[in-house]
Amino acid sequence: MSIDEPQRDDLRPYGRRTFLAIVAGGLTSLWWGKPLWDRLSPALRTAADVLPAQVRNLVPSGWRIYTVAATMPVFNRRRWRLKIDGLVEQPLTLSYDQLLALPRSEQVSDFHCVTGWSVKDVHWAGVRFADLLRAARPLAGAKALTFVSAERPYVDSLTLEEAYLRDAMLAYEMDGKPLSRPHGAPTRVVIPEMYGYKNVKWVERIVVTDRPVDGYWELRGYDRDAWLGHSNGYGA
Amino acid sequence: MAPRTVYLRRFSSTERALHWVHASAFFVLLGTGLVLYLPRLSEVVGRRPLIKDVHFYTGVGWAVAILLIAAAGDRRGLRRTARELNLFDADDRRWLLGRRAPQGRFNAGQKLNAAITAAFAVLFFVSGLLLWYGERDTRFRMPSTILVHDGLMYASLLVVAGHLYLSLVHPSTRHALRGMTLGTVREEWARRHHAKWASAELGPASEPASADAADHR
Repeated sequence: MSIDEPQRDDLRPYGRRTFLAIVAGGLTSLWWGKPLWDRLSPALRTAADVLPAQVRNLVPSGWRIYTVAATMPVFNRRRWRLKIDGLVEQPLTLSYDQLLALPRSEQVSDFHCVTGWSVKDVHWAGVRFADLLRAARPLAGAKALTFVSAERPYVDSLTLEEAYLRDAMLAYEMDGKPLSRPHGAPTRVVIPEMYGYKNVKWVERIVVTDRPVDGYWELRGYDRDAWLGHSNGYGA
Repeated sequence: MAPRTVYLRRFSSTERALHWVHASAFFVLLGTGLVLYLPRLSEVVGRRPLIKDVHFYTGVGWAVAILLIAAAGDRRGLRRTARELNLFDADDRRWLLGRRAPQGRFNAGQKLNAAITAAFAVLFFVSGLLLWYGERDTRFRMPSTILVHDGLMYASLLVVAGHLYLSLVHPSTRHALRGMTLGTVREEWARRHHAKWASAELGPASEPASADAADHR
């Protein structure tokens, strides 16, 4: 075949070059990909705002739904209860309506997953942990909260200091709507300073303890203190 | 005279096996990957741990199968094909510029498609492994890995959409599918789309079948 004749001088190895260029670009983008994306995405989001709503809804919101069990818990408003027990003077069982009746707080904060994706400017509404625990009255030895998810066997914990950060809350609304099932209906932990795995979804029980316990991912090697940029192999 | 259809062998069984293993793995990985990626699908399907395992082991199985087929199959033929895919001649460059030019066994677009597909395969594999290891050992965790893996998915969707259009829908090119399933293509089609290859295999056209050679790209 003529193409196999080695003496032809019009042959160029563009196939190999294309392959190597894409592989090199792709591998180095493991370093420059996210910085570039973080710079571009505000502009892209502004550009996306002019799109019609139907088109915009096709673009993934940036959220990914991570679960550890076969199915997501189903929220039943009449039967649902939030239990607060452990080192408290007064163990509590709150219905959904009782939870909504507690002092309401709102905030806009970013959500960062330890795997690298982020969602900016999430609008949350819920209850600050101090307001939530007031009636239960934590005892003197209380140091931490363990959040038990209805999605077994997911649990995680925060120290009281972490839980009392001014933008940590037990959220029941996201972006103006009751928390949806994939996001942990009806309530989830929100602590924007930490990676998403500390933001336990489908919370149905809060145990007040004398020390933080290792959660689902901590038992699998993640850091218990999941500060953004300073844990799980990131930062110093 | 009664025209007897002549067929040319375009793809060896090794090449076809590689193609179909790659294609099936791609769609299993795409399907399971979308369930992991899109919130709506995650909610409907659930079973994330299982889907994750299927996705991961399909990826590993795909890589092993590709290597095994390449090692156990017609290695000389594969090397020749790789060489053909690598080298672009003056006609290929004309073709890429949108001009009509006779093409070899692969046209310049197919050569590019092969290079892009191979590069994406490597990058999918590396970024996928990093995602898997990163979940188990934070030393392998990089903030960009998931973006790279997702970006590859979007880019490969575009490439595959074009590939499926040309191989299944576009009337002039879809006969190529026969080459990738049965291994052979019609002489008349080969002369029209791959004139240089057809003449090299069968000699110059004896009928006016090649009058419009290179008319279709």
